[in-house]
Amino acid sequence: MRAVARTPSRAGPRKAGLYNDRMSATSAGAPAIRRVVLDNGLTVLVREVRTAPLASVWCWYRVGSKDEGPGLTGASHFVEHMNFKGSTNIPRDQVKGLVEKFGGTWNGYTWLDQTTYFETASRDALDRMLFIEAERMANCLYEPEDCEAERTVIISELRGGENDPDQLLEIELTATALKAHPYRHPTIGWLSDLQAIGRDELYGHYRRYYGPNNAALVVVGDVDADDVVRRAGRHFGAIPPVADPPRPRTVEPPPLGERRVLLEREGTTAYLKLAWHAPAVDDPDFLPMLVLDAILTGAKGVNVWSSFRTPPPQRRSRLYRALVDTGRASMVGGSLIPTQHPFLYTISITVTDGMPIADVEHDALEAIDRLRADGISADELERARRQLAARFVFENDSVTNIAHQIGFFHTVATLDTYQTLAARLSGVTKDQVEAAARGRLAPGRRTVGWFKPVPIDGAAAGARS
Amino acid sequence: MTGAPAPGLAPARRVLANGAAILARQTTATPAVAINLTIRAGVVYEPETQPGLAHFLSRTIDRGTERRTADELAEALDGAGVSLGVSVNRHTLTLACTCLTEDVARLLDLIVDVVRRPVFPEAEVARRRQEIVTSLRQDQDNPAVRAVEAMLASLYGDAHPYGRPSKGRIDDVARLDRQALSAFHRHAMTPGGLTLVLVGDLEAERALDLAAALLEDWPSAPAAEARLAPPPPVAERCTIVTPMMNKSQTDIAYGFATVARADPAYNAFWIMNTVLGQYGLGGRLGDNIRERQGMAYYVYSAFDPAVVAAPLLVRAGVDSANVDRTLAAIDAEIAALARDGATVEEFEDTRRFLVASMPRLLETNASIADFLQTSEFFGLGLDYDVRMPDELQAVTREEVHAAAARLDPARATVAVAGPYAGNGRGAGGA
Repeated sequence: MRAVARTPSRAGPRKAGLYNDRMSATSAGAPAIRRVVLDNGLTVLVREVRTAPLASVWCWYRVGSKDEGPGLTGASHFVEHMNFKGSTNIPRDQVKGLVEKFGGTWNGYTWLDQTTYFETASRDALDRMLFIEAERMANCLYEPEDCEAERTVIISELRGGENDPDQLLEIELTATALKAHPYRHPTIGWLSDLQAIGRDELYGHYRRYYGPNNAALVVVGDVDADDVVRRAGRHFGAIPPVADPPRPRTVEPPPLGERRVLLEREGTTAYLKLAWHAPAVDDPDFLPMLVLDAILTGAKGVNVWSSFRTPPPQRRSRLYRALVDTGRASMVGGSLIPTQHPFLYTISITVTDGMPIADVEHDALEAIDRLRADGISADELERARRQLAARFVFENDSVTNIAHQIGFFHTVATLDTYQTLAARLSGVTKDQVEAAARGRLAPGRRTVGWFKPVPIDGAAAGARS
Repeated sequence: MTGAPAPGLAPARRVLANGAAILARQTTATPAVAINLTIRAGVVYEPETQPGLAHFLSRTIDRGTERRTADELAEALDGAGVSLGVSVNRHTLTLACTCLTEDVARLLDLIVDVVRRPVFPEAEVARRRQEIVTSLRQDQDNPAVRAVEAMLASLYGDAHPYGRPSKGRIDDVARLDRQALSAFHRHAMTPGGLTLVLVGDLEAERALDLAAALLEDWPSAPAAEARLAPPPPVAERCTIVTPMMNKSQTDIAYGFATVARADPAYNAFWIMNTVLGQYGLGGRLGDNIRERQGMAYYVYSAFDPAVVAAPLLVRAGVDSANVDRTLAAIDAEIAALARDGATVEEFEDTRRFLVASMPRLLETNASIADFLQTSEFFGLGLDYDVRMPDELQAVTREEVHAAAARLDPARATVAVAGPYAGNGRGAGGA
């Protein structure tokens, strides 16, 4: 991959005792990423990219929905929302405008393994962005009335998602395909937990996971890496580490047979989903599965922050040809997320109006079984690898996207996993892809989900007043 | 060639004898190029009797040409890792993609072929029709789509190109066929209405030459013309309720027709809308409805440039029990902004935000290409990215207040769709 303004890392002298420079060099061909670990355990990752006068600052925490037990589902995401509500040194009414004055944007998200926050703004805002993230790590307030206002905002987020039958089916399918691992509950949490969780439980969750030794600070943009490291030390250096947080130890048992879930609800459109247990991001099967997904449904790349904004190239993919080109389905998509533990590979299908779901399921499974029996062609392998290589370029087109990718892979795997993606992709073989298809997509290992619409009762036309 | 380089994007531009315009801008951030071909073949150019035709064309234009079958097009795109997006809006139809620099000549050739010589094979037209019908059925079950469509239909009239659903309705789509698509292609897809923008790791003059070689033998034809009436005046508040009792949450679409892009008050409206429903987490609306009252995950207002008066659209998704309280809060925030205008601090912060956002908004090849297309469409000039900050700086707080004063909740058009039956009645019990 050709790089954005490649700048070699500067391994100059640093104040003894404050920094522990573990890695300055990079894997062959990958752009230099400066990696420093502060004494309190905070990993700082910096890449200089001088294509625009911007800096993107992301702070990543190793806490996500998999770290939540019964009764506390949704806590990580709730905590994320609370961490935008002011801190000891950023009054609540001054949150708004902090980075906007520098033309900035900001946001955050919570998922299975991680919670992250970012600001992208003019490079002049670097110090301010670091200050915001240091405050977020150490000094958020959790005022009781803010918790109550945010509780209903999150319930509104959950309810809005339920308006989409495809999302409803996704939640049911995930909880069916996984019976033990905490990946089985939705990141937003179950409604009853959101209604019941208390301020002190949220604050406890925050304090348990938001320490420098459970976090990574990523800065990408028109910055000087040494300068960023110095500033990071100034803003974060005094924050004490936290005790190693508890981690889930349950390993999802292999499925003993096919599982099925049927939702029959009022709606207009049928949806079908197929899921199998997937390899974790560091499993040797991950890249072969990524290639397999590209062959079945088109290449998505591995940037979960931006890839959904550009649909995959997929018209020659197996399932597009079997389902969309034949008129069975109006949409087919595949999803393989890089996760720390084994999650799911999911195929989602929107059934063409009037088409029986059973026929669509039959044709989808037949196409998959044919691939498992007959293997893939050399052309397919080459096309998939080329698509993925192109996506790896496209998905790193801004300082925000590059910083996301560095932090994401550092959090769910290692920096090396990210740096070596393109090189490892080119080594994926036909045998590896076929073995992944035969082993992982076996009929007895799948979960099938149907959303079968029943006619809507009394959907009145608009009434005007 | 002497002197300092021009500030800003300073794209190269060439207009061919047949009227086609080509713009190019070199960047070096990634070894990739964004291609954006936009043509004046949007909804406003559809014959009145054939709503949905422009959208149907967007779904079928890339499914076979005189030179390439649908399979050959698919192979060429997929082989390069490229997904060609074809989208349609009120005025334009756009084909856009990002490709590796090494593939740009091949893909440009393909895209120009698709635009110039589509054949609309019968089988493809039939399949894409079923996809559109399925998508329209999905829309019928989507409260957000239902609320916005009802609001725009009421505001502009359901036959107005800004008021009718861009995909058409199921009955309309059933009537559209290959002949209709070919006729619309001949009528609206002309070099006089075409702008091709190339942004990426490609020298600008070379980009212009590549594109010109593919387009210059296209026989001259002017851009299609459209008659576009201004929206009808709104004398009183209008509320449309679409009960969808199978849903979990209610969507609100609330708005007004405001000003066209060419209106001298456009920039004042832009700043005013940012204060109302954009700045921070949804502007004043977000402060009230999300932050203080905790009623909505999303609440914001949207305003975009248009040829006639554009809608200013407030959107929120709330529990049915909170619909009336949310509408009251929207009314109150608009009334306060109309009465008092923005504070000095709000006004200055917002203006500074819009100006300072430019480098971020023009960071990627695709976003630069979009910006150049919009500038070209509205005739804003090649230096608009450089002039825009000055134009915003010239807007006064009084002008922003005057823009806000034109919004009157008593004349708002409001649409509500979801498990809500009107007058505060939601699905189920209390």
